[in-house]
Amino acid sequence: MPSYLFWFFAIITLIGGISVIAMRNPVSSAMSVVVSFVGLAGLFVGLSSFFAAIIQILVYTGAIMVLFLFIIMLLDLKTETKRAPSIAAIAAGLSLVIAFTIQLVGVITHTPNKQAPPLDQAALTAAAENFPADSGIASALTAGTLPDTKLIGHTLFTDYNFPLQILGLLLLVSTIGVVVLSNKSSEKENH
Amino acid sequence: MTDIIIQLLIIVTKIVFFTFMVLLPLVPVSVYFERRFCAVIQDRVGPNRVGIPLTLLGFKKDIPILGLFQPVADGIKLLLKEDFTPSYVRTTYYWLAPALTVIPALITVCVIPFGSPISILGHQEQLLIADIGVGPLFVFAVSSLAVYGITLAGWSSNSKYPFIGGVRSTAQMISYEISLGLSIIPVLLYYGELNLGHIVQHQADHGWLLLPFWQDGKIGLPDATTALYMIPAVIAFIIFTVSIFAETNRTPFDLPECETELVGGYHTEYSSMKFALFFMGEYAAMVIGSALIVTLFLGGWSVGFGLDSWINGLHIGDFQIGGILHIGVFVAKLIAFILFFILVRWTVPRFRYDQLMKLGWVVFFEAALINVFLAALILAAPELGSAAIAIGAVLLLAVTAAVIWVAKISEPAPKALRV
Repeated sequence: MPSYLFWFFAIITLIGGISVIAMRNPVSSAMSVVVSFVGLAGLFVGLSSFFAAIIQILVYTGAIMVLFLFIIMLLDLKTETKRAPSIAAIAAGLSLVIAFTIQLVGVITHTPNKQAPPLDQAALTAAAENFPADSGIASALTAGTLPDTKLIGHTLFTDYNFPLQILGLLLLVSTIGVVVLSNKSSEKENH
Repeated sequence: MTDIIIQLLIIVTKIVFFTFMVLLPLVPVSVYFERRFCAVIQDRVGPNRVGIPLTLLGFKKDIPILGLFQPVADGIKLLLKEDFTPSYVRTTYYWLAPALTVIPALITVCVIPFGSPISILGHQEQLLIADIGVGPLFVFAVSSLAVYGITLAGWSSNSKYPFIGGVRSTAQMISYEISLGLSIIPVLLYYGELNLGHIVQHQADHGWLLLPFWQDGKIGLPDATTALYMIPAVIAFIIFTVSIFAETNRTPFDLPECETELVGGYHTEYSSMKFALFFMGEYAAMVIGSALIVTLFLGGWSVGFGLDSWINGLHIGDFQIGGILHIGVFVAKLIAFILFFILVRWTVPRFRYDQLMKLGWVVFFEAALINVFLAALILAAPELGSAAIAIGAVLLLAVTAAVIWVAKISEPAPKALRV
């Protein structure tokens, strides 16, 4: 039985998600995405994953959606609010929804219906044995808290070190690409 | 069941106490300090009349206690003024925006440790609302939501100058969030910890980050690593403090509400209590920013000099009062830092907008990045051979030189005024 807070945040997320497509005003839609993200962060907190929740708010809500809102406001989309959605757009949207629902059902039916182990003292102390005794992770686990930030860092820099480096390189390449492209277009305007 | 009710009661008590009896009163108090302190700087008297209004009760004279009741009078004035909503605004967001600037600032208070744990009748209690392991990140994340209030205020006012103010504010806050986040990485590397309560406890035991001159209750010089670590710590402190100034839209970085260019900035169309809420949001953000700086760099609630364990031992019967004393120490440090904020506001002139952006992106961003490498090198040095340290130092110098060179050539040559 999930807790009441799960239902609370799940409903907030869903209301936000539905109003993204129901609202006519682009600014209202963007704000609905923000509400949906905050609900999602609440769900992460319910899973004792504070770091993922905070990053969800810090990156998506605090930075990316602000930029979206920024651009929407600068464009001042007046025609968007009056245009009726065409049948083709609705059909495309519905087919996407159906495809994702089928995928979700497929994943859920193939996942064994296991109860997650409770995060009590015994389970945490047992997990602490996988780490060196003097490390911060082990001491936090034996103290009965879940050091989710340290665990994410540990996993990233041991098991997934190589993909992490590749990802860093990819981001660097795209950053340089953005700089080069924006320089080019501004030079053209100047000439 | 009774356990849960007692827990809930304790949490509600803490929220009410810290938010409504410590943080919110600090907002009008800092407004009062601002007015008195700027009066001192400008060789004026400042508000010194409002006191206990005995004339209302039929006495001959009021008691003016240094004008300390001025904030109350200000608050009553703002509440009773006409709340005028222009006809051309986008009403929903116009009403939502003031709340969106205040609420994030008030939420962030829940991770700030106000004092050492107190124990009442054998029951130990932390003096912070939420003991979560992501303290500073939580503050950044939630306070970054305040930008929505300012942006929406500018947009929903449906008027030229507020809109420019909102756009400026958005660009400024996004730019400075980067150097804000990068600059505290050396601090977090040093503590190896994101929990603000543990960070302050560590500083109480081993010396503050900027003043590491005692160890386990004894005053003495720090070891080599800690002493060398003062360099990245001071750089981080400077970058972090200036970024907090920019993030809270305080002068010299208050471009979003620059009167000479933008009338009043994003709150031009607001009046009465809605305007006061923006004001409150700004001051609450300043208080929280000061609290974060004090917590990370200046020892939080700790008195320092090895006196904390002695204070923790003080008790009246079963009731340990050390934590209460620590709250007093924390608030004193906080007010001292707020006075520093005010001093800067009334001495440093306002930046130009391009100077502000350049300071954020060209100076602070790179300096914070190099500072991270420097801090990592100092921390890793005891476990590395001397050859590895030398290579690291040379690489660091090369990167620094390269960054300075790139910053120099990326700057366009100044145009001649007359051709």
